[in-house]
Amino acid sequence: MAATQTQQVVEIGYGGNERLMMNMGPQHPSSHGVFRMILTLEGETVVGVDAVIGYLHRCHEKLGESLTYVQYPSIASKTDYVAAMTAELAYVSAVEKIAKVEVPRRAQYLRVIVAELQRIASHCLWLGTWCLDMGGALGGGATVFLYCIREREMVLDRFEELTGARLLYGFHQTGGTRYDVPPGWDKKVRETVDFIERRLDEYESMLEGNTFFRVRTQGVGVISREVAETVGVSGPLIRGSGVGYDVRRAEPYSSYGDFDFVVPVETAGDCYARYRVRMVEFRQSIRIIRQALDGLPEGPISSRPGVKSVAQVRVPKGEGYTRIEGARGEIGCYIVSDGGPKPYRLKWRGASFSNLAVLPYIVPGHKVADVVAIMGSVDPVFGEVDR
Amino acid sequence: MTAADARARIQERFGVDAVADGGLGVTLPRDRWQEFARFAHDELGCRYFNWLSAVDWQDQGLEVLCRLENLDAPLVVAMRTRLPAGQTRCPSLTSLYRGANWMERECYDMFGIVFEGHPDLRRILLSDDWEGYPLRKDYAVDTPLAPYR
Repeated sequence: MAATQTQQVVEIGYGGNERLMMNMGPQHPSSHGVFRMILTLEGETVVGVDAVIGYLHRCHEKLGESLTYVQYPSIASKTDYVAAMTAELAYVSAVEKIAKVEVPRRAQYLRVIVAELQRIASHCLWLGTWCLDMGGALGGGATVFLYCIREREMVLDRFEELTGARLLYGFHQTGGTRYDVPPGWDKKVRETVDFIERRLDEYESMLEGNTFFRVRTQGVGVISREVAETVGVSGPLIRGSGVGYDVRRAEPYSSYGDFDFVVPVETAGDCYARYRVRMVEFRQSIRIIRQALDGLPEGPISSRPGVKSVAQVRVPKGEGYTRIEGARGEIGCYIVSDGGPKPYRLKWRGASFSNLAVLPYIVPGHKVADVVAIMGSVDPVFGEVDR
Repeated sequence: MTAADARARIQERFGVDAVADGGLGVTLPRDRWQEFARFAHDELGCRYFNWLSAVDWQDQGLEVLCRLENLDAPLVVAMRTRLPAGQTRCPSLTSLYRGANWMERECYDMFGIVFEGHPDLRRILLSDDWEGYPLRKDYAVDTPLAPYR
């Protein structure tokens, strides 16, 4: 968190040419209480952005060095609390890579199922809050939000049946998963995704037929391919800018190689393109879940016997970086092990951190009202930005 | 550009044998840090800036790591350099990659590494008056907070 240098005080002449500094957040509803943008305005137009982050900083990297490989996965879910399943998966995959732990096939499939369900839940929250932030233009605004939250609840119910928790799961562990599916769960998951799939058509017709929605998103917040790459954005942002980069395809992990799915790419780079990418991802996630449920192999869910003490799991000396495709993009863990029960160094590559870093390059030139639309289209989760 | 081609070119230009481990790991002296990044950007086509961070090796100094990618090839270059013990200066990559701006600020915030040439090197996650660099190994987890000023 950092304040800017002292700014020169400019007398306001109300002529429209003077510059005004305006704080947007941390109390602005679209900034979720944990993000502040210092906007430099010329009239209604933004000419400069200084993003202030760190409100939610807990130093996860230091925490990771102080907790053992058995303890940390459940804490890892707090980095990206909107998509906790994928955050945990990033950590345990990195540990498995260095320790060369084999993961049973059933666990690999379960990981894919929960990761894709999580992507649906996360995208539901994104779509709902984004439309809520854009508010009045969408005929009341809260409608889409309430619909999306209703669907997200269904996914959270499935997670609750699986793990007993609704937000932070502790589902993954080094060597596999901690829980197996309860009886009848797969049938409920199928019903859930069938229901959500039908609802998606409804959202699309509500939004895409709405002129206000199109005007507020098309041509707004364009990220060129060059900017996307040099800043290092990932996930739906880079796919909305014409780069078909998806970790599930580029470097398949778990069992993604077994499934048939499409990586959506849009070339416009604007908010609407990012919206379209995520809408296709919804359906592709559903497709993957169905394939994984159909092919769910029998067998053990973890290759590691239970431990009596949290320090019992040791990882040989070495280092490794593992990445997975979270709902917001590439989530990576770089771990250096010194052979002990805790990592010597843990680096989180948070997708939202890199995605948010693009704001200063795309916001200037837009009106204040567009800032909300652009920020929502980036879909930052501040637990992951600040870690 | 395949990984083997890239490896040969790195060998030829920098005399470093790149370690292939899911990508090309290149260890560089500090004074060739920027030169290598430019080479990776212009000649290996690594335009994607993934992340930059550091590891504190205590008496053996700080190590800066950076991961660059060519998304079309695909090719991953993981470059690293060791700063001599007690030294905290490292050349900045901000002139080549915009993503280096926030990543280097975070690295400065957490490790106290001063990136020379960074346009706006200030703390990013912690407050401006924070004392110490939390990810250094000599920073205890239970370090008391400095009183509010």
